[in-house]
Amino acid sequence: MDEGILTIVLVLILAGLILGLIRFIKGPSAADRAVALDNMSISITSVFVLLAFLFERYIYIDVALIYAVLGFIGIIVVARYLERAL
Amino acid sequence: MEILKIIGYILLLLGAVFLFLGALGLYRMPDVYTRLQAGTKASTLGAMAFMLGVGFLQPDWMVKIIIMIVFLTIANPLSSHAIARAAHKLKQKPYTKGEADALEEAELSIEKENQA
Repeated sequence: MDEGILTIVLVLILAGLILGLIRFIKGPSAADRAVALDNMSISITSVFVLLAFLFERYIYIDVALIYAVLGFIGIIVVARYLERAL
Repeated sequence: MEILKIIGYILLLLGAVFLFLGALGLYRMPDVYTRLQAGTKASTLGAMAFMLGVGFLQPDWMVKIIIMIVFLTIANPLSSHAIARAAHKLKQKPYTKGEADALEEAELSIEKENQA
């Protein structure tokens, strides 16, 4: 039962990542691509936390935390650049 | 022990469903602002439920997971606000027509005050 639920969870997150990637490639404007990148970085942070649980490694939580911080800073920098404020 | 495991798996499934629905809204919606609405709020809730589920499955890790949830609660609305502001500066048109644009009116009034 556990493995079935984990498989469903991973398939749902992978489908979400693929939809975000399609929007990232198609997106008509640069703001669409920034939104898609933001969404994908949130999903990847969740996948890191799940991998920490699957492999039973506490250190992967730190990796997820650093990834979340760096993704946030990257999105802010891209948005300020699109505003012509950098 | 068993009840914590059941709660954890339910939260994990709920979070994955919300992450998928957020990405589906990102794919289906017609313009930038509605994509922000669907893609950011739903995936914030999804990520929070997901991490809380892992915290219920491994109760020793709860402290650092709560730190991550607090950071997500602060950071995700900030980044979506910055992207929406950038889209407005890029003159992206909303999908609906004839609505008031409060940000543009405020900027025009500030320009008038500076000229006077």
